[in-house]
Amino acid sequence: MQDFGAAFGLAFDLILSGDSDLAEIILLSLRVSLSAVFFACLIGLPIGAAAAIFRFPGRTAVVLVLNAMMGLPPVVVGLFLYLLLSNAGPLGVLGLLYTATAMIIAQAVLVTPIIAALARQVIADLHAEYDEQLRSLHLPGYQVLTTLLWDGRYSLLTVALAGFGRAIAEVGAVIIVGGNINHLTRVMTTAIALETSKGDLGLALALGIILISLALLVNGCVMALRSTAVKAAYA
Amino acid sequence: MPEAAIKLLDEPADRRPAARAATTILPLETRSLCFEAGGRRLIDGIDLTLEAGTRTVIMGPNGAGKSLLLRLLHGLIAPSAGTVLWRGRPAGPEARRRQAMVFQRPVLLRRSAAANMRHALRASGLPRREARERAMAWLDRADLARFADQPARLLSGGEQQRLAVARALSLEPEVLFLDEPTASLDPASTLGIEALIQSAVDAGTKIVMVTHHLGQAHRFADEVVFLYRGRVEAFDRAPAFFDRPSSDKARAFIEGRIVL
Repeated sequence: MQDFGAAFGLAFDLILSGDSDLAEIILLSLRVSLSAVFFACLIGLPIGAAAAIFRFPGRTAVVLVLNAMMGLPPVVVGLFLYLLLSNAGPLGVLGLLYTATAMIIAQAVLVTPIIAALARQVIADLHAEYDEQLRSLHLPGYQVLTTLLWDGRYSLLTVALAGFGRAIAEVGAVIIVGGNINHLTRVMTTAIALETSKGDLGLALALGIILISLALLVNGCVMALRSTAVKAAYA
Repeated sequence: MPEAAIKLLDEPADRRPAARAATTILPLETRSLCFEAGGRRLIDGIDLTLEAGTRTVIMGPNGAGKSLLLRLLHGLIAPSAGTVLWRGRPAGPEARRRQAMVFQRPVLLRRSAAANMRHALRASGLPRREARERAMAWLDRADLARFADQPARLLSGGEQQRLAVARALSLEPEVLFLDEPTASLDPASTLGIEALIQSAVDAGTKIVMVTHHLGQAHRFADEVVFLYRGRVEAFDRAPAFFDRPSSDKARAFIEGRIVL
């Protein structure tokens, strides 16, 4: 327990010292994970909404695959992307391996199925409520989709949050395609893995505490936004 | 078809009120309309002709199929057998565009009252500016202007239903379906909604209303369709229906006896 006390102390010291290396790591973590969630929403929300609203052949299969892909192992995703992005791979010419962009892609791949699958449920519930009214207005399909996405905006925020939680906490994929290069692709989770393997458990634990606090902070902000929406009966 | 008439058809309905009679989507007819669910025949061979200019009220005990009939007429559900015809033809885009419906429980979007109006108007193809102007005009007519920017779902039950009626009327439908629009409202709210509906009737809108409320039926009916177990038990002009109903079931219903 002494270790934990010391780790908390170190975490505070690290934050208060305004260490520029630490700031760099935190900012990169946030940039990578927020970008990944943004792109995952761009792709995942329409897919989830479409799977909720439209009847098309193979719909059950799509839902099944989406649900199964929520549990994609990050290291496997990292490996696949590594093969794609490495010099010998089909996308090697882009020179993306060991860049922040590769990490964003990796996390987006991991998070998109989560966002699509959870959004499908949210939109399906909303659709059940709105269906007759929207058909009475004889809205074309794409407008049904945009109406439901907009009216589900606050519930979908929670969906995005679930995706963010997965992205910021993930280490397997970013360490493979990012390489944990100091000042370039080092994020919170890869730094923790490195410090642990180096035996500097105190620093690793301190970084872990900061990571958890960060996740709490983002969650808190989103929940506050959502509760104002609930008061307006918008959520 | 002469060129002038084709041009008229291309114009939105609101720009040619004078031509409305010429391009009416009425009469509304059903031929042997049936609807089955779970092996039960809930609507059983209904033949009706609803003409322009009359207010039709659909009555009947619970489970008679009133709401179901309204949904079949509006095209929200497909019949198991039989057809719904608008001026002799199955509902096309024009017929669909010129009808609206108000549900028993208003379905309002998670937006402001004005945004709810604009959403429906934009969906009907109105440009943004016109939609905004018409939304405000109808909020004003429904005495809801002061709530324009309020979240629609925080309005009182009566205000929510008034908004739903205003939203339907703002589309300037030729036919308005109403499914027990005042079922769970107090007398004052009911009065406000009836006034709105009456203003639409005065402007030439045909209404087809389901109601349980005898007083409301008296006030609104020019003709009454009395449903019983999915069949039309009586279809009479209003005075005749209320004074000497042609069916025993209808007479019992009017007299307030329990119809089984």
